[in-house]
Amino acid sequence: MAEFTLPKNSKIQQGKHYPAGSDAKRVKTIQVYRWDPDSGENPRVDRYDIDLDKCGPMVLDAIIYIKNHVDATLSFRRSCREGICGSCAMNIGGTNTLACTKAIADFKGDIKIYPLPHMQVIKDLIPDMTNFYAQHAAIKPWMQTQSPPPPDKERLQSPEDRDKLDGLYECIMCACCSTACPSYWWNSDRYLGPATLLQAYRWIADSRDEAKGERLDELEDPFRVYRCHTIMNCTSACPKGLNPAKAIAKIKQELVNRRGL
Amino acid sequence: MSLRSPLARARNHGSARDGVHHWWHQRLSAVLLVPLVIWLVAALRVAAGGDFIAAREWLALPWNTVFALLFTLTTFYHGQLGLQVVIEDYIHTRWLEVSLQVVVKLLALVLALMGSLAILRIAFGVAPLAG
Repeated sequence: MAEFTLPKNSKIQQGKHYPAGSDAKRVKTIQVYRWDPDSGENPRVDRYDIDLDKCGPMVLDAIIYIKNHVDATLSFRRSCREGICGSCAMNIGGTNTLACTKAIADFKGDIKIYPLPHMQVIKDLIPDMTNFYAQHAAIKPWMQTQSPPPPDKERLQSPEDRDKLDGLYECIMCACCSTACPSYWWNSDRYLGPATLLQAYRWIADSRDEAKGERLDELEDPFRVYRCHTIMNCTSACPKGLNPAKAIAKIKQELVNRRGL
Repeated sequence: MSLRSPLARARNHGSARDGVHHWWHQRLSAVLLVPLVIWLVAALRVAAGGDFIAAREWLALPWNTVFALLFTLTTFYHGQLGLQVVIEDYIHTRWLEVSLQVVVKLLALVLALMGSLAILRIAFGVAPLAG
């Protein structure tokens, strides 16, 4: 049965407050979800007052500033700081997005930062991505062919066919879309979720791939694809401006197209 | 704690090779219901205020009988398809899920049959005039 309240040991409590230095002129308060698996305590929300003159313009700059100068115990993932690795996906101001491409100036009041919703938390802002990556692996996200490649050159693709991959290949697997999807929240053990389905369609749409039928076979399932109820949270969450809902609709279209009505 | 690999859990029992039929029929019945609901609202506006004899004569007109039957059958078919999805989405206790699915399907079948029988009885003039 769906659960509507958090278990007792998951209830979020008020945490510590870290004031900015007395010389700070432009102060921004950042509220961050904190949970330490070793402490045995409930999760809490710590409040950090940041001097904006001492830190960069993005939300990621702010939490790196916190880790370096205020509270070294804060844990989060980050790598490229330019929106291409997908590591720093988190829930900022109620929306899943990348901390590195979200500007602090976009927020009026306090900035609230939580880990990606409805994922097991490993520590602080770090969710457990094991199932998400396993689902991605399950759709075999690589080119499958029977014909051997030409001996002297690469497999060719017309510019028109290459254009069909635009809006698909740019996905960085940050999981902002999947963890914004209520269907994925309730059924992530069986529903593949928008990110994985967009990747699946990326290979279905690739003119060089020869396993379209097998790929569709693997997707044709009440839970794997059809948990998508076109809620569209995926599309509004995607920090890369992609449209996973459209890719899923294309998969459903292909599934209808290949059978008699 | 399970010692199965994450990939084994993600693949689980594989694809059911099913779901297109359900999806297509849900859309088909939804599209069919659009004109049928318009017909029903228009018909009820005309029939409202009349007595049973007038309603019986109206329902006995062949097209009205067909539309009324079509509306009843499509509504319950579409409704049980939709409720099936809701139960699959939210009920994860297996015995409860299976029981609810069976109850919903049976109830939809019984109600659709009862509705159709009522329409046919009125249309064929079998229904008693009293009341």
